[in-house]
Amino acid sequence: MSATLLIWSVTLAQLLLALALACGCLRMLRGPDARDRLLGFDAVSVNAMLLLLVFGIRTGSALYFEMALVIALLGFVGTAAFARFLMRGEVIE
Amino acid sequence: MMHAAELPAWAALLTALLLLSGAGLALIGSLGLLRLESFYARVHAPTLGTTLGLACILAASMLYFSMLQARPVLHELLIAGFVTITTPVSLMLLARAALYRDRRAGSTEVPMPVLPRDAEAALGQWRAPDGG
Repeated sequence: MSATLLIWSVTLAQLLLALALACGCLRMLRGPDARDRLLGFDAVSVNAMLLLLVFGIRTGSALYFEMALVIALLGFVGTAAFARFLMRGEVIE
Repeated sequence: MMHAAELPAWAALLTALLLLSGAGLALIGSLGLLRLESFYARVHAPTLGTTLGLACILAASMLYFSMLQARPVLHELLIAGFVTITTPVSLMLLARAALYRDRRAGSTEVPMPVLPRDAEAALGQWRAPDGG
């Protein structure tokens, strides 16, 4: 019983997160300005991280946790670097 | 999902509830990202997913793996701490950059920087060339 409940809720959560990912991608494609695309990228990286965590629950393996950690790190570094580029025109001065 | 049958019912129920609420919150935040009108409004929307949504899903993961392995599994706290620290930093950098560019472009929709009175001359660099 608990297995059925878990598998359905995990599938539904994956579906919702995939929709959220699609929203972020749409904003990234459609954004009228570079900053909107960057905001979309940030949302996409966070949603991808959440989706990986849910995949980890689904498979019961701890590997996905490390992938999620890497995505969180890269998402932050990417967003910060691009925001700095928007502000200064250079990333490293 | 191999060993999910070993979970007690209350843990499975709580995990499912936390997972669904976390994913729902992330979806609401991303919908806000899609639907809100201006950039400065849109900056706020995805933080719903990065705070409460992330906390719910991490709690679900912690609970699930702790029950599965019959020992406390707390390494999800690493992600929680990291994201809690970095999200405000990156979004504040982004909003600062957007504000800077709007001011440089002479937009009338964003407020001018607050300066002391004798620094009025320094304001010149923020104004558009035609004094707008």
